[in-house]
Amino acid sequence: MLRDITIGQYFPGKSVIHRLDSRVKIILVVAYIVMLFLATNPSGLAVGILFLVLTYGISGIPYKMILKSLKPVVPIILFTGVLNMFFMDGEIIFQWGFIKIAKEGVLLAITMTIRIICLIAGTSLLTYTTSPIALTDAIERLLSPLKRLKVPVHELAMMMTIALRFIPTLIEETDKIMAAQKARGADLESGNLMQRAKALIPILIPLFVSAFRRADELALAMECRCYHGGEGRTRMKQLHLRYYDFVASGFVLACILAVVAINLLVPPLF
Amino acid sequence: MPAIKTEHLSYVYSPGTPFEKTAVDDVNVEIESGEFVGVIGHTGSGKSTLIQHFNGLLEPTAGKVYIDGEDLWADKSRLRDFRFKVGLVFQYPEYQLFEDTVYKDISFGPRNMGMSEEEIHKSVMDAAAFVGLKEKHMEKSPFELSGGQKRRVAIAGVIAMNPKVLILDEPTAGLDPKGRDRILGQIREYHQQVGNTVLLVSHSMEDIARYSKKVLVMNQSRLFMYADVAEVFEHADQIAAMGLSVPQITRIFHRLSAEGYPVRRNIYDMQRAKDEILRLLSERGKA
Repeated sequence: MLRDITIGQYFPGKSVIHRLDSRVKIILVVAYIVMLFLATNPSGLAVGILFLVLTYGISGIPYKMILKSLKPVVPIILFTGVLNMFFMDGEIIFQWGFIKIAKEGVLLAITMTIRIICLIAGTSLLTYTTSPIALTDAIERLLSPLKRLKVPVHELAMMMTIALRFIPTLIEETDKIMAAQKARGADLESGNLMQRAKALIPILIPLFVSAFRRADELALAMECRCYHGGEGRTRMKQLHLRYYDFVASGFVLACILAVVAINLLVPPLF
Repeated sequence: MPAIKTEHLSYVYSPGTPFEKTAVDDVNVEIESGEFVGVIGHTGSGKSTLIQHFNGLLEPTAGKVYIDGEDLWADKSRLRDFRFKVGLVFQYPEYQLFEDTVYKDISFGPRNMGMSEEEIHKSVMDAAAFVGLKEKHMEKSPFELSGGQKRRVAIAGVIAMNPKVLILDEPTAGLDPKGRDRILGQIREYHQQVGNTVLLVSHSMEDIARYSKKVLVMNQSRLFMYADVAEVFEHADQIAAMGLSVPQITRIFHRLSAEGYPVRRNIYDMQRAKDEILRLLSERGKA
């Protein structure tokens, strides 16, 4: 059961999008988000949607994964949609007491909803096609200018890497401890809130004990191999830009230009 | 009536995903009450998955498990009763200790069963005695004990539930030879005194040959055989081919037999080896 939780939602594959440099991917996702907010009319948003259809198609990630990524943010989408609907003045199309809905409000709500959906789906594509380790690597490289400001970039990235590395281990450990305590008759499924919280003690204590033990062992193993932070450290997997990184960047740039052009040619919605 | 019986038991991990894996494939076995059974198999052969079916921790994908003739999954509300009936000691059980004293940790199982304070006290002290824990250990924190002692506390925690079937998954992993012999000896003594069914999972054919009467061999998710120790060692070649180590003595006798000497192939300890060689020599003397 715990095994089914996917943390980091990496979806292994061999498509061009999987092979893009992870640094480039992060930058392109940011560019895509900027594009979504530049788009002020339906044709501009259509470019954003087409972009998604195309990139998901190329990556081989099933389209239903978009729905899966949207599930946790449904409340936020509904909330923004509904709020935008009520707080816009203009041509009233519905009125009940002090509640009035303007045509512009409805349009704004629809555009905002589409924008958020595209935003989530676009960023999900990044995490679907990039392994967590490649992501932390890229974050470290992209943030490295901050080292001049004495931000411990390498240490932060190392912490993220270690945390990601140990999530499956800890899940497995939790599974084992739960099974062992269940074998001793621990009842984890029934009882009121207090009883359930209490029933977690036999699981949490061994889990903490073993997490600390693991941390100790890992620290020792790292010191044995002369780990001393990021200074002068080289990497086994170098990130290289390839031709398709430039093609992808060019494509995103073209999409942004298209959106800007549409904005200039077609009058904005409101 | 068999203590444990399975019918076409199969179990698939993560069905319907790319990670789908059949861990137990159509296993039919009947384990009689009071038996001391060694369970052996290579890493990933499905033995740990199999034993987790015997106390209802895993629900079979297909097939049935009967404990004392009762279908384990017939009534889910009674699952906990079966867990008390079939005690399962996991690998590295010391990692499950959590209470602040040894006594309290051992009493966790009996307390969950709803025993009275006196009954709890009696089963805790009995269980502690079986694994050689002394009075002075009982009020210590389990985290202060040595590795071998911790493991014995954890085993006592399961024995204290007075299970009718006791299953131990590699109880000697990571222990030194002395600690290993000590724990296995205590388990044997427990089996002889209480007379319940014991299943001992192990990698070591030698340990299994020494302690158990019957052997259940798993290979690639399937039941390879379930038979007496001697019979299993007849098939030493196949067992070696599975990547399990066969006792040296058995290997010598298989080699002798291959060289044309008329020896039995199911020899697995010194005593039998001696008798067999003497028999062979005396027959030669006559001829």
